[in-house]
Amino acid sequence: MVLGNGASSSSLNMKSGEDKVNSNKNLSVLVVDDDPLIRMLHDMHLKKFGLNPQVVEDGKKAVDLFRIGASFDLILMDKEMPVMNGVEATKELRDMGINSMIVGVTSRGLEIEMQDFMESGLDFCFEKPLTPDMITFLLNELNKKNDDDNND
Amino acid sequence: MDIVNQLQRQFIDHSTSLHREGIVDDQFTELQKLQDENSPDFVVEVVSLFFEDSEKLLNNMARALEQAQGVDFKQVDASVHQLKGSSSSIGAMRVKNACIAFRSFCEAQNREGCLRCLQKVTHEYSLLKNKLQSLFRLEQQILAAGGSIPVAK
Repeated sequence: MVLGNGASSSSLNMKSGEDKVNSNKNLSVLVVDDDPLIRMLHDMHLKKFGLNPQVVEDGKKAVDLFRIGASFDLILMDKEMPVMNGVEATKELRDMGINSMIVGVTSRGLEIEMQDFMESGLDFCFEKPLTPDMITFLLNELNKKNDDDNND
Repeated sequence: MDIVNQLQRQFIDHSTSLHREGIVDDQFTELQKLQDENSPDFVVEVVSLFFEDSEKLLNNMARALEQAQGVDFKQVDASVHQLKGSSSSIGAMRVKNACIAFRSFCEAQNREGCLRCLQKVTHEYSLLKNKLQSLFRLEQQILAAGGSIPVAK
């Protein structure tokens, strides 16, 4: 796992199962991946946490959503996709001023490739496959981020 | 009751051997945990999709390697990469490992090596498919006999 600036892996607050599901209902998530199998898996993983993700198959579709005014707290971004890949889409979103948490989920685990992806503007980068522990970590980070934003 | 117990024991044995032989890993257990009353067919759906995709990819690899006028190793590698990704995501460990080896031969542009790897991946895939289909059949039999499917630990 690669951490971006400002990220810390402090101890996790494990909420009880129901608390967890209820407090996550307000978070919006976008899954961006060209593989229908992965989209199905990530969707189900996230649903277990009480989330209802929107799912698109390439970077351009993700960017278009933001252009028409949609917004998401968390974006799970695949790296290799047709039309517009994860690196391009992330750069585009950051250029547009999008502040959402963008997390790379890639099947290429080479350190250098993950660094390249990170540099496009990711908050974190994980190697596939997504696991419940990763989701727990991300939701924790999201809650911290939202707290910070609210305190500004 | 006897039949259900028998079937359940068969199911557990089968499941255990899948793990012990390294055909599936923890990722498959995670997959099974995602299934619940709201999505009772989740595992079968995901695995069926995986079978469909894999067979297409294996065909792509075979065709690309057959090209008399010169093999496009990038194309072979792209298919292997995809198969590696999806097999990893559902916990098909031996298929995934066969793909990892395969990619080195693609990189080295070694046609003979690639053909051997394709054989190996195809073999592992067939093994996985047979074993998972048996597992699913046992599940159906347990449910039909009025029993419940033992939960993966």
